[in-house]
Amino acid sequence: MTPIAEGIFVLCAAMTAAGALIAALSRRVIRSVCGLALCCLGLAGLYYFLRSPFLALMEVLIYVGAVCVTIAFAIMLAEPDEPEARTARQVSRRWGALALVVGAALLAGLLSLSLGHPWPAPAPRPSEGSVAAIGLALLTTYSVPFELISLVLLVAILGALGIARTGRHAA
Amino acid sequence: MSLYDRPEPYLALAAFLFAAGVYGLLRRRTLIGMLIAGELIFSAASLNFVALNRFAAPEPAQGQVFVLFIMGLAAAEVAIALSVVIAVYRNYRSIEADELAELRG
Repeated sequence: MTPIAEGIFVLCAAMTAAGALIAALSRRVIRSVCGLALCCLGLAGLYYFLRSPFLALMEVLIYVGAVCVTIAFAIMLAEPDEPEARTARQVSRRWGALALVVGAALLAGLLSLSLGHPWPAPAPRPSEGSVAAIGLALLTTYSVPFELISLVLLVAILGALGIARTGRHAA
Repeated sequence: MSLYDRPEPYLALAAFLFAAGVYGLLRRRTLIGMLIAGELIFSAASLNFVALNRFAAPEPAQGQVFVLFIMGLAAAEVAIALSVVIAVYRNYRSIEADELAELRG
């Protein structure tokens, strides 16, 4: 049982890392959307291993099902491929090196922070985070943010419609 | 103790996701590429929330509720950002970030 579960865990982690690499590195934007989808599938598996199956379901539903599909639609409407560099090659390469240095420094710092000292053993908990517990927390402790999120989503939908409508006839 | 019952792999993976997102955000020249890199950063934060909630916090539902809020905000952000991208493409025929320099003094 345990070796199989460990293998699945390693597979999920590798999917997440590979998806993130594809999303960050590939030159064509449609490939990086596919990388994002792969990364989110792996993340859903990791959430399952962290004993939050509801979050795993929501990750697949929202990120793979909504966010990636919406980005794919936007790619079909615009021409988003990375253009050939028009600035001097020297400047572009220097900018890339700077981005690499910043990313590597962040990675090293965060890794040394999170792996540098031993973590305490997980505390015993009174209950598991079941769907019922999440629903109860959403409707009691977090009811105000919950309502605010629904308001934000409504405003975002209306705003997106309004912004995308303007200039439609001018084009 | 097996690999998936320790916080270190999750935290290392979250750090990697964050670094990849920052690298992509700096490296990309199109708006949609930057948006995808931003989503990677959101994912890193969510993974950190769930992992620390699982291993360090006594209340089991708290981190999951936070990640649900992050997902809702990310969905709203993507909707707004993509409609801005479409509007920009209609006006400029390009979504390269360097070309949107009309307000430069």
